[in-house]
Amino acid sequence: MKIHLPNSAFIHNINSFLKGFNPDNPNILEITADDKWVFVHPLVVSMVAALGLKMGKENVSFQKSPAKSMHYFERIGLFNMLGVDSDIKIEEHEESGRFIPVTQIRTSEEQSRFISDVIPLLHLKEQYQVQTIVYVLGELVRNVLEHSESKHGAIVCAQYYKDSNCIRIGIADTGIGIKASINASWAAKDHLEAIQLALFPGITGTTKKVGGTTQNAGAGLFFIKSIAKTNRDYFLIYSGDSMYKLHKAPQRKRLKLNADPFDDKHAVVSNLPFWKGTVVGIDITLDQTQEFDTLMRLFRDVWSKAVSERKRARYKTPKFS
Amino acid sequence: MEIYIFEKTGKFAENKDIARDIRISELLPALEHEEKVIIDFDGIEVATQSFVHALLSEAIRKYGHNFFEKVEFRKCNESTKQIISVVADYIQDSLET
Repeated sequence: MKIHLPNSAFIHNINSFLKGFNPDNPNILEITADDKWVFVHPLVVSMVAALGLKMGKENVSFQKSPAKSMHYFERIGLFNMLGVDSDIKIEEHEESGRFIPVTQIRTSEEQSRFISDVIPLLHLKEQYQVQTIVYVLGELVRNVLEHSESKHGAIVCAQYYKDSNCIRIGIADTGIGIKASINASWAAKDHLEAIQLALFPGITGTTKKVGGTTQNAGAGLFFIKSIAKTNRDYFLIYSGDSMYKLHKAPQRKRLKLNADPFDDKHAVVSNLPFWKGTVVGIDITLDQTQEFDTLMRLFRDVWSKAVSERKRARYKTPKFS
Repeated sequence: MEIYIFEKTGKFAENKDIARDIRISELLPALEHEEKVIIDFDGIEVATQSFVHALLSEAIRKYGHNFFEKVEFRKCNESTKQIISVVADYIQDSLET
């Protein structure tokens, strides 16, 4: 496998980075980086770390780059997770801002400890911002632990960006992917349809029943996408050969949550290099973060309607002759 | 019976395994014995939908609308109230179809 850390890769311009990923030769991982500057979304860091863990450090090579930003990757823990010696010594005065180092989570106990430990690192000022971040981290990690069947668990990373007052979160796994997970109960014909189903409220791979089971409601990803939508932020999900990207909702347009992700302003790409597992990225602009209870009210409005419509879609129609 | 969520989860109620344990070992047995139950969210800053779903959905499905006669939620912040209401709504919807 080959993966290249480019000059820039954020959700809005992620496509060329994803297209450049080469999953051939799955027993080794060759990582290269831009020579001048590497400025990437945490989902990119999570992806590289997830691949490295899957390969094992003896099968990972990182071509050294003179880019000053390699210090950032040392600081955020990427080299450590890859088992690669970067030869970089971090000095006290080097400032990386507020971030959550790349972290591997394999159990629900690790998840709870992680969430309690990392929230203070982000120095969030408002209660609703804490609620939003806890929610996003909690639901995304939980999804991996419950559905991915990845023996390496969830790889999470986050960074606060001062200029845009935004927290960006990335989570990656190298498990079975959304299509295999959702098709335990549903029948998605391809990876893109599987992503669409996974984002639909009330759909979970654990049951054919719309509305879920005792333990799963099928709401997690819909809820995360709804947070991005109401905050007018980006959201991305990539699994198998397909990617769904939620675009920023226009500022002047009245907010409405849609059950079907394809009814939102979005982009999809199929025939991407195959990612065996799932990657999710989300941006949370803090000064746009909706009050959490406002989000809940919007969510409440759309949920019942969506589940009812989904059930009705499966009703048999009477035959008339 | 009174169930104190904070004692089991800390301020972030997001671990569904803990929700399941409370449901199985405390909530359902108490309802089985026709006890009144108070679920206390004092100190909880965030309760996720998946936590609340794992905690309540089986009991609401089992006891239907009577669940809400027997169970009271105490000291919830506004977003936890909203989460509980959302879960209560969609589980009851599922009972009616």
